[in-house]
Amino acid sequence: MQSVIQVKNVSKKYRSHQVLQNIDLTVNKNEIYGLLGPSGAGKTTLVKMIAGIEIPTTGSISVLDSVMPKLNTMTQIGFMAQSDALYGELSGKENLEFFSSIYGLKGQKQKERIDQASDLVNLTNFLQKPVNQYSGGMKRRLSLAAALLHDPKILILDEPTVGIDPVLRQSIWDELYKLSKSGTTILVTTHVMDEAEKCSQLGMLRDGKIIASGSPRELKDNTSSTSIEEAFLYYGGAHHAN
Amino acid sequence: MRIKALVIRIIRQFVRDKRTLAMMFIAPLLILTLVNLVFSSNDYEPKIGVVSDQQMVVDKLKSSDKAFIIYQKRSEAHQDLSEEKLDAVLEVELPSTTITLEGSNPTANKASIMMIEKTLKTMPAQDTEKTKVNSEILYLHGSAEMETFDYIGPFLIGFFIFFFVFLISGVSFLRERTTGTLERLLATPMRRWEMVVGYVLGFGIFTILQSAIIVSFAIYVLDIMMAGSLWLVILITLMLAITALSLGTLLSAFATNELQMIQFIPLVVVPQVFFSGLFTIETMADWLGPLSYIMPLTYGGEAIRDIMIQGDGWGDIYGNVLVLLGFSLLFMILNVLALKKHRRL
Repeated sequence: MQSVIQVKNVSKKYRSHQVLQNIDLTVNKNEIYGLLGPSGAGKTTLVKMIAGIEIPTTGSISVLDSVMPKLNTMTQIGFMAQSDALYGELSGKENLEFFSSIYGLKGQKQKERIDQASDLVNLTNFLQKPVNQYSGGMKRRLSLAAALLHDPKILILDEPTVGIDPVLRQSIWDELYKLSKSGTTILVTTHVMDEAEKCSQLGMLRDGKIIASGSPRELKDNTSSTSIEEAFLYYGGAHHAN
Repeated sequence: MRIKALVIRIIRQFVRDKRTLAMMFIAPLLILTLVNLVFSSNDYEPKIGVVSDQQMVVDKLKSSDKAFIIYQKRSEAHQDLSEEKLDAVLEVELPSTTITLEGSNPTANKASIMMIEKTLKTMPAQDTEKTKVNSEILYLHGSAEMETFDYIGPFLIGFFIFFFVFLISGVSFLRERTTGTLERLLATPMRRWEMVVGYVLGFGIFTILQSAIIVSFAIYVLDIMMAGSLWLVILITLMLAITALSLGTLLSAFATNELQMIQFIPLVVVPQVFFSGLFTIETMADWLGPLSYIMPLTYGGEAIRDIMIQGDGWGDIYGNVLVLLGFSLLFMILNVLALKKHRRL
């Protein structure tokens, strides 16, 4: 399989604080790779480095065969940050127009993409409303739509389904599967264990280290667990025993 | 009990935020020091050109005070007056005496007249009688009716534009960071310089409007004295606004919240008040003079006043425009570099 994201021996330090330590991971094309870990484990730092916003202290990250950060490669990435990075004074539509223009979309193409993306997240009827009147879940969905606008080859989602109701969460996951089938590679972080089951590959992150990786089935079988949570506990505990 | 808990929490928060703490204590001291330096300074020493056919008068004036500079030709004295090398020209051609004041600066006007009157009083009686006969005061710029507002108005226009644009642009660039949209933008292929230029242009549109409205209001509603071109005043205020805009967005990189942005006001904005033409730089402590060269408002305030009171044209003020342009470019480049903190590319 063709690897799209390669993280090689990456460590990240903020002053004396070691956030990530010797991270190795590979994400293959069409995969939905889930980065599972509690808050503070370093998930956000890792995805920010992959998205090209942060720089590793040591080690290297390459995305689509070019070493990050690289502006050209960044056009191929859709990034949805943990905070809803939206302009509250603007309407949903104006937000989407702004973000799509940054990626060079204009005219009919821009309109089509905005329609598609907002339809995907069920926001078509609310596009005229200013974003500061949106609910938390609506803001998340608009953020997701903004990340999808330029039809990126790689989608990086930092805790995408926080505050979204179960029905909508399911429909978002259905969309992610569809995107993945059509060739998009997806990297998603989550601290929700049952959500991790939905990914095709998993990396378990704890205290800045990858404690285990593999498909959800493998991880469960290897530890004879019935759930991902149990598996996580097993690896986390094993790590502590060392 | 609950009040105590609140007090303790506030004290703790304050101690954590060392900058706010420092600002509370240091900023007022800084400003008081500046005010002290500005106001307790020496009296204004006028420079007065003297043209006279009376050798005795010339000698007397020359020996009485170093303020008097003797000219042989009337035209030379007036040339220097228009170039602001002199504050006044005293022409004693009996039986008439003419004082021509430069006129832009009330402090200089007053000081010149006082100096001339004082000196003439010390002269022997027969001279004084003669000189008092037809004494006439002329103004090169302005007039005796010039109000205080005519003098400080041009400065206020520049100052308020600078102040508000600085604060608003700074806070909104800061918001971009605190709401996470800056990070979102840095995840796109947008370049750092594009972001800075975009900000300057976006806000620039509003500053054009702001400049036009404030200047027109001062001239047409407040009836401030206006000797030069309206367009040139708008151009200068616009340049000042862009300087404030680029400085505000630059400094917002060094603030983590709106409060810290406001703390830049006493550090960055208030000191400029003293150097922007409201007070006479010549009378300040010597070491303060050079400080005025690094203050954008010095150039803006001076240019606005020269246009509004002296009626200066493009030829006289383009230097100031270039300096303000230079400041803006410098601040923008520094901002591009400061954004490196968030993304290397």
